Amino acid sequence: MAEEKKPAPAGGGRANTKKELPEHFKAYKHVWVAVEIEHGEVHSVSFELLGEGRKLADKRGVELGAVVMGDDRASLDAAASACFEYGADCVYIVQDPALKHYRNETSTKVLTDLVNTYKPEILLLGATNLGRDLAGSVATTLQTGLTADCTELAIDDEGSLAATRPTFGGSLLCTIFTLNYRPQMATVRPRVLAMPDREEGRTGKIIEFDPKLVEEDIITKVLDFIADRDTDKANLPYADIVVAGGLGLGSAENFQLVKELAEVLGAEYGGSRPLVQKGWITSDRQIGQTGKTIRPKLYIAAGISGAIQHRVGVEGADLIVAINTDPNAPIFEFAHLGIVADAVTLLPALTDAFAARLRVNRLAS
Amino acid sequence: MHIVVCIKQVPDSAQIRVHPVTNTIMRQGVPTIINPYDLFALEEALRLKDRFGATVTVLTMGPPTAAESLRKALTFGADRAVLLTDRYFAGSDTLATSYALSMALKKVAEEFGKPEIVFTGKQTIDGDTAQVGPGIAKRLDYNQLTYIARIVETDTEAGTIKVERRAEGGLQVLETRLPVLVTMLEASNEMRRGSIENALIAARADVVTWNAAAVGIEDLTKCGLRGSPTIVKKVFAPTARTDKAEIVETEGKADAKAAALVEAIFAKAPAVEQELLEQAAHHYV
Repeated sequence: MAEEKKPAPAGGGRANTKKELPEHFKAYKHVWVAVEIEHGEVHSVSFELLGEGRKLADKRGVELGAVVMGDDRASLDAAASACFEYGADCVYIVQDPALKHYRNETSTKVLTDLVNTYKPEILLLGATNLGRDLAGSVATTLQTGLTADCTELAIDDEGSLAATRPTFGGSLLCTIFTLNYRPQMATVRPRVLAMPDREEGRTGKIIEFDPKLVEEDIITKVLDFIADRDTDKANLPYADIVVAGGLGLGSAENFQLVKELAEVLGAEYGGSRPLVQKGWITSDRQIGQTGKTIRPKLYIAAGISGAIQHRVGVEGADLIVAINTDPNAPIFEFAHLGIVADAVTLLPALTDAFAARLRVNRLAS
Repeated sequence: MHIVVCIKQVPDSAQIRVHPVTNTIMRQGVPTIINPYDLFALEEALRLKDRFGATVTVLTMGPPTAAESLRKALTFGADRAVLLTDRYFAGSDTLATSYALSMALKKVAEEFGKPEIVFTGKQTIDGDTAQVGPGIAKRLDYNQLTYIARIVETDTEAGTIKVERRAEGGLQVLETRLPVLVTMLEASNEMRRGSIENALIAARADVVTWNAAAVGIEDLTKCGLRGSPTIVKKVFAPTARTDKAEIVETEGKADAKAAALVEAIFAKAPAVEQELLEQAAHHYV
């Protein structure tokens, strides 16, 4: 539904294209991460954001804060310690029975109240279902700018957050600022940012916040949680090896070749966006900006041309291997290793070659 | 029961072509469609219509040509189409978009009855933000249900709705009170085909067309570029990496190529080979 934004005309004299931060926003200071906790566990994306938040806070010379919400003291304390060890200076703990499960209504109220009380200048959330559900409500309540699914965050010379994300369906990148409103909000997908090092024993300041929630006043009720069966869960973002296919495979049947190679390598498999649109794979296996962002040690892309929206989803991989018939395909611009070949004939041979190699070496060792 | 489905007209190809030299978007000749995610919202609304005899209004904000997408929605069985169009909306970010749409929804409520459910898709394929739905919910003070995989139950008498919502690791079963804003997950249903009868009705139907003034927007600083707290400062193509892919050049059949590629991969990633060998050994012990 969002209207695409056109770049502001250079020197166009629009009121909001110049930085004129209103007086009441000047007290806003510090970088915050809204930590995602479900079933007592902190989502890794929150630690990734703390790593990036640390850099932004250092550059600004301000504190890095983390907000944790929940009902269980032990898991909140554990989450707070982890946040300190991943770089937070200050953790805001919000404990209330009404925060047992995530609900938009309660979390929006708590986060909005916290922001209005402590006034952070930057607020980061994970671009997960939870984070996107929450960020949109909080930004609307606070009437501030929110940039979704950023691939890069930086602080410019004037201290404004420069949030870069793909635009126009992932064919170009754009850098977006929220110059005259606070906090400056952004979401980042899991695995877009590197996991920071954990500094054991690092600690900081804890601020307890009473959310003043009354369950009877909350309209939405959580009746149940139906956990996914483990077997059909794709764990692409955190896989060490990923094999993916694109339209170059030619048919849905040929996608089987990707699965076979993945099987031999103990890898996760996925595909580019057009395959989801064609129904060859389910959307939880889509790799790219609008699907999953991956950071494997080895990524093999078969028959994928490498549009920008795909590129930003795989750039964090240590080794990108591209198989494509077109030597001019954009994927060769960012792959580390490439071979000009038809994926349909090469994949089965590659599966055999890997299998043979691993078998032979096992016997030798 | 009155249901509104918010849709957006988007370019047919998610991959819009970019001029290789000027880095500008080549929009000409790209056909437009209803944002594919919105079709799941529309189908869900039509199912409620089938069950409860609800009236379904489709609403979009966009240029006058967006009326085509509204007519398309009518061919599937929607009852009424509303187009919100004004040059003051140009350049709206998600906050300005949700403002304009929420004003249009208030006008819809006045003219045609308050909607109990407002549907949107989970996101668009061109903006990909997923922020406008939550923005509308907040502005209208509707209960917000995003990423809905299934509507389990709608009780119009009691004014309640029960849904399954996609969350990390599973489905949350939620119950809340109407009115609600629902964003439907993809693949949550299968879109019906339009009927010839509806196509004939759609071709002749009037699209209700409103501008900013018509929906009661007096403060134009809340609209378009001026009403958008976010500012796009720079649009650019990613810089090409200095080192392009090292191409494995091997003559011969697939077997020879595959062997050479495996060599090259493990030469660059010896740690991966080591781990694979350890795993393989573990398997056979």
